[in-house]
Amino acid sequence: MELFVFVCASIMVIVGAIGVVVRKHPVHAALSLVLTLFGIAVLFVAQEAEFLAAVQVIVYAGAIVVLFLFVIMLLGVDRVEELRTEPIAGQRWIASLIGVAMLGLLVAAIATGTDAVIGRGDGIASNIAGDNSDANIAQLANSVFSDYVLAFELTSVLLVVAVVGTVLLARKRKGQRVVAP
Amino acid sequence: MNALVVVPTTTWYLLLSALLFTIGTIGVLVRRNPLVLFMCIELMLNAVNLSFVALGRRLADINGQTIVFFVLVVAAAEVVVGLGIIVSIMRRRNGVTVDDLAELKG
Repeated sequence: MELFVFVCASIMVIVGAIGVVVRKHPVHAALSLVLTLFGIAVLFVAQEAEFLAAVQVIVYAGAIVVLFLFVIMLLGVDRVEELRTEPIAGQRWIASLIGVAMLGLLVAAIATGTDAVIGRGDGIASNIAGDNSDANIAQLANSVFSDYVLAFELTSVLLVVAVVGTVLLARKRKGQRVVAP
Repeated sequence: MNALVVVPTTTWYLLLSALLFTIGTIGVLVRRNPLVLFMCIELMLNAVNLSFVALGRRLADINGQTIVFFVLVVAAAEVVVGLGIIVSIMRRRNGVTVDDLAELKG
């Protein structure tokens, strides 16, 4: 059963990722991204990270992709990108070569460390006594609000800074010439 | 459970994560639309998140999930700032690709 879930979710992830890279239309790329993000969420559930799966769907698929779509439509850049011509001669080949080289490096790293990661572990829920269904959220909350509470507070500062900075960046200045799309 | 049943191990998840990261890298190198570049960066961030969760499960350590939580927050902030910059650039010029943005002057 877990194998079935893994294979299905992997296919979702890979097909979506390839879609992001090869679809000409930015809206199609964003929708392919949703497919990938859902696949990742399924894999999170398969690995006992239920809370993160929910956050993944809400924040990524819900907020970030919608933000992408908003910007695409706001700017009217939903033109088809010309993918036939290469801006730099041989760019695709070099990019593929670099990609394959990096994949080789990563696989080599995984193969080297395979003694450390062999098997699949007992799972995180086995760490704490009792087998309640809230184990994942309880543990995550314990970690975030005790060990990493400073980092947690700093992320709130980061979010405020990001929001204020974006408002300043994206507002229209007085007298600024605006190019109609 | 039957011993013959194949169960996906941590290695499988790490390999999937490596493949996803590679696809994201190739996308960043090949595409020219800045919005699609951001989507490819999201792919790479998700690959890293997946490997964090897989290793967190393998080592029975919740901190693998804690850091994914923080990565999600930082990714959201990064997308907001990046899209703000793109909006402000595209207001002034029309039909921008990253090749036209070699200089950061407005």
